[in-house]
Amino acid sequence: MTDIVATNETILVVGGGISGMTAAIEAAECGKDVILVEKAPSLGGRVSQLYKYFPKLCFPTCGLEINQRRMKANKNLHILTLSEVTNIAGDSGNFTATVKTAPRYVNENCTACGACGDAVTAEVDNPFNYNLDKIKAAYLPHNMAHPQRYVIDPSIIGTDEAEKAKTACKYDAIDLDMQETTMDLNVGAIVWATGWKPYDAAKIQPYGYDRFDNVITSVEFERMMDAFGPTGGKLLRPSDGKEAKNIAFIQCAGSRDRNHLTHCSRICCMASLKQTTYLTEQYGDDEEAKASIYYIDIRAIDRFEDFYQKVQDDPKVSFIKSKVANITLDEESGNPVLHGVDTEGYHRYSNPHDLVVLAIGMTPNVDISEIASGVSTDSSGFIQVNVDNGGIFAAGCASNALDVNRSVQSATAATLHSIQVVNKVSAAEA
Amino acid sequence: MSDEKKTAAYICKGCGLGDRLDCTELTTIAEKEGKAEIVREHEFLCNADGVAMIQKDIDEGANRIIINACSRRAKTEAFNFENVAMTRANLREGVIWSQPDTDDARETTQEMAADYVRMACAEIKFMSIPEENPEHGSNKRLLVVGGGISGMTSAIEAARAGYEVILVEKTGTLGGMAAQLYKRVPDHEDYADPQDTGVPEMIAEIGADGLITVKLDSTITRTSGAPGQFSVDITKESGVTETENVGAIIQASGFTNYDANNLPHLGYGKSPDVVDQAGLEALARAADGGAIKRPSDGKEVTSVAFIQCAGQRSSKKGELSYCSGHCCNTSIKQAMYFKDANPDVDATIIYTDLRTPGNGEDFYRSAQKKRVIFTKGEVSEVTTSGDELEVKFNDLILNEDTAMNADLVVLATGQVPNSGVNIEAATPVSVDEVEAAAEADESRINTEVDTGTVQEVSVLNLTYRQGKDLPHLRHGFSDSHFICFPYETRRTGIYTTGPVRRPMDIAQAKEDATGAALKAIQAIENSSLGRAAHPRSGDLSYPDFRKENCTQCKRCTVECPFGAIDETEDGYPLFNESRCRRCGTCMGACPVRIISFANYSVDTVGAQLKAVDMPDEFDEKPRMLVLACENDAYPAIDMAGMNGKRYSPYVRIVPVRCLGSVNTIWISDAMNSGYDMVMLMGCKHGDDYQCHFVKGSELANIRMSKIGDTLQTLNLEPERVVDYEVAITDIDRIPQLINDAAEIIENIGMNPFKGF
Repeated sequence: MTDIVATNETILVVGGGISGMTAAIEAAECGKDVILVEKAPSLGGRVSQLYKYFPKLCFPTCGLEINQRRMKANKNLHILTLSEVTNIAGDSGNFTATVKTAPRYVNENCTACGACGDAVTAEVDNPFNYNLDKIKAAYLPHNMAHPQRYVIDPSIIGTDEAEKAKTACKYDAIDLDMQETTMDLNVGAIVWATGWKPYDAAKIQPYGYDRFDNVITSVEFERMMDAFGPTGGKLLRPSDGKEAKNIAFIQCAGSRDRNHLTHCSRICCMASLKQTTYLTEQYGDDEEAKASIYYIDIRAIDRFEDFYQKVQDDPKVSFIKSKVANITLDEESGNPVLHGVDTEGYHRYSNPHDLVVLAIGMTPNVDISEIASGVSTDSSGFIQVNVDNGGIFAAGCASNALDVNRSVQSATAATLHSIQVVNKVSAAEA
Repeated sequence: MSDEKKTAAYICKGCGLGDRLDCTELTTIAEKEGKAEIVREHEFLCNADGVAMIQKDIDEGANRIIINACSRRAKTEAFNFENVAMTRANLREGVIWSQPDTDDARETTQEMAADYVRMACAEIKFMSIPEENPEHGSNKRLLVVGGGISGMTSAIEAARAGYEVILVEKTGTLGGMAAQLYKRVPDHEDYADPQDTGVPEMIAEIGADGLITVKLDSTITRTSGAPGQFSVDITKESGVTETENVGAIIQASGFTNYDANNLPHLGYGKSPDVVDQAGLEALARAADGGAIKRPSDGKEVTSVAFIQCAGQRSSKKGELSYCSGHCCNTSIKQAMYFKDANPDVDATIIYTDLRTPGNGEDFYRSAQKKRVIFTKGEVSEVTTSGDELEVKFNDLILNEDTAMNADLVVLATGQVPNSGVNIEAATPVSVDEVEAAAEADESRINTEVDTGTVQEVSVLNLTYRQGKDLPHLRHGFSDSHFICFPYETRRTGIYTTGPVRRPMDIAQAKEDATGAALKAIQAIENSSLGRAAHPRSGDLSYPDFRKENCTQCKRCTVECPFGAIDETEDGYPLFNESRCRRCGTCMGACPVRIISFANYSVDTVGAQLKAVDMPDEFDEKPRMLVLACENDAYPAIDMAGMNGKRYSPYVRIVPVRCLGSVNTIWISDAMNSGYDMVMLMGCKHGDDYQCHFVKGSELANIRMSKIGDTLQTLNLEPERVVDYEVAITDIDRIPQLINDAAEIIENIGMNPFKGF
């Protein structure tokens, strides 16, 4: 990756999730030179880990395929994976971005034939499945990984395992001597699309995410539905592998809470409503399958309301207006028991469930103040978009808690702002 | 560009292909049957040496390239050559990875590979190198229709990127609905207080920007043409019309407030002291920070009740079923107008779900600090009692019917989109549907129209064959159906933005309008290069038709999902290439098969399916043909191979741009060639359709429903042609469907047409 040419008419996009991919492709399809930097070994980000999208219940990989094809067809776009922007200096129209690239130990000769993966026996935590299962230490991150190229986990470098991988490769694609590299890129404008991470569920002490196996987060629940997920597409609860049929969804887990995140994370209501449909998908008409949503307000705005109405009509789903006070464990059954007061009528409840899904809040992935100065963030750490951040434009969940549709909208807007900067540069140089 | 075709085929032996396949035989096939001028084997075709070898041949005149290696989805950065037509035989994912590595399987695996080589050689004969469409325009000016927040934002943002804009506004002033507001909901930290709308500043910027031309009191009376070359009539209230040429169009026609006169039970129209949110803004502007006075007698309001979801989120006839999204924040803002002027005013918001997503939560918290009262309840009625109003509601927390008095009641009503004529209310999807409806004498094509949302006045007055305005999605909004692609309207180069697209607040509208401006600029830039827009962005191929054979059946003009094809006065299709998305639905529709693309045609696919070496009836080797959507079904089949999922070796798979492009001749050709089954694999259709060409898979389904007759005339079983809805995640299911097909053939027997 030494052939990168960057100028102050180049747009740098940081983050290769749905927002960053969108910004990069949209800019490249306007004829702009774009460098897309992604920390993970492949693009797609958090949406590629989702099973389905609301409200259409379609699959994120479908849009990912279209976006990847757009990227493959576009010569204006240069992708750097395993890379992070560590520092930004300079001003709008003339930035220097420092990019640190971690070694993949696999070069462009890789055909993704899989021989190295077959040769290696060591396994490592699988980040694509939120570390809920293991993957070979020489691996393709997931089925849709782009670039379609294997990665050698650094943990086996210097061991026989790494040598096994290297020996297995007939194409001279494994280079165990690869080192971390750092380079400075001159760019004109920056789209910052580093996305979100789930709020640390363990911090919500009364819910016992760190104490009870059968209390999981909404993002983990998504992986369970995927045939290539940790449970092979079955809703099996972690404690005993039993099918989870009576499932509780706790809304505002971390959000709308002074002790945790003050903002509303926007997506979680729709995410839980969507996840209730997974029960029908798994269990059909089985009467034991039940979803209980514990909520404060159901925020299904605009035409998402249609979806909410559909879910309300599902006899499997019940709604309890309540902020759950705490969760205890019924040792014998392994069931988490939810305690609280249903505020509609003030009834106390102690409800056992097979599995509890925390509709976990969104918090920004990266603190940009450590990388660039002069970028304004709000009290939640999101980059404010309606203020002048001087040539750095936030897109997607770096700017706010947004769903996919809103993220793409935000990224498309950020793209135009970045193009305004580089167009000014080229006009000045013309 | 040279017209002389020179074909070069390359056979890769890497990734186990050399071990599993008899590559010498494949070479012979490419030479003898495929008639490739150059055939080369390579140990590792995608490495620098292999690519250099191919490039050298290209430099020496090879211009039809056949890569017999991995899937067309793999190693695209290596096999990326300029000025050639290229096809790829999928021997890796599609053959050796989907078949067991056993001695028993060796023969059928080799047969598969041999057929894919034959198919690629046959296809390339009919492929030419796409060249840019000569009809493209290169006008780079934008037209923005609507001068509210959304339209003003699009104009300003496009001009800031250096593009000229014509901004057309129906009324005499810019600003739209936002100009009627006293203040707006805050859009930045600390999200605590209402802030100025910013409208005067935007109007000033537009006035000072030399790139923006504003036309007030004007509407669009005619729009024709295509991206890069739209021609638009702009008519002044006075009746004077000017014609302008523009490259792309942004429709920011906004919304109308829901008519609160439909809500007499909530007191609207009965008491002047019941107002909607727009009415309250007028009172607040009159008060200008002072005490808000009620309309009936000018008394300073001491208690105000806000009724959320008035006429919305409702299943009642004439009311809106959706949520308008902004109204909770708007009522909070309006309650603050009272509290900020006089903290002693009682301001109560009665709601069922308080919807303040994102930082709206901070604003909500600020209102709580200002002692705005929030009551979870459902209002049944507003009545007058003396000079006060009584709001009767069910308190959902206490679960009891109760009432409160107020000087003033504000109804939080919804947004109704100004999306023009609902062209699909009476427009059929396909010609077959028209015929079916005529036969059955039923009017099922007149689909139901959302109540209260139909606007009779067209916004764009398009001269398009398929109607005057953009198709509506749901509830009258002209939204995109695609989660990943929110700007994908069904008219190329025309983008909707703001509340005409979906209900939204000012902050979202500004962001949305900026994004729409980007998409419009992109459409201009791409059409000026003769390239397709999303999702086949960059594609230079375009539909070409042989007029002399056209029967004027109108299938193509009716069925194009993007309204790209008009009709000439003498009844022939008029292709507007720059409006085309290159899905090939017209090609699939054409009964006389005269529509084609340079690199994709009835012949490129027809030749492939006929190139397969068909075993005779007694060989016990059936053949199934799969026509697979290249975006979803085909990747799923690839991933099945990558994961070692096994499927029958008797299948031959051909990727298609969209099932909409499947011409029924392929089905009869396949049957006549002796295939035992044909399977179509495309995307889900219906309300939650997943077809990225909108109607393609649905049209294929309609067409296939008629294929039964054809099969019967051939004396063939209807089970021989099946149409499956699949998804890209069907990595287990598709191999199963293929294997099931092999079983079906066992039951119904082989196709008797083999060997004829």
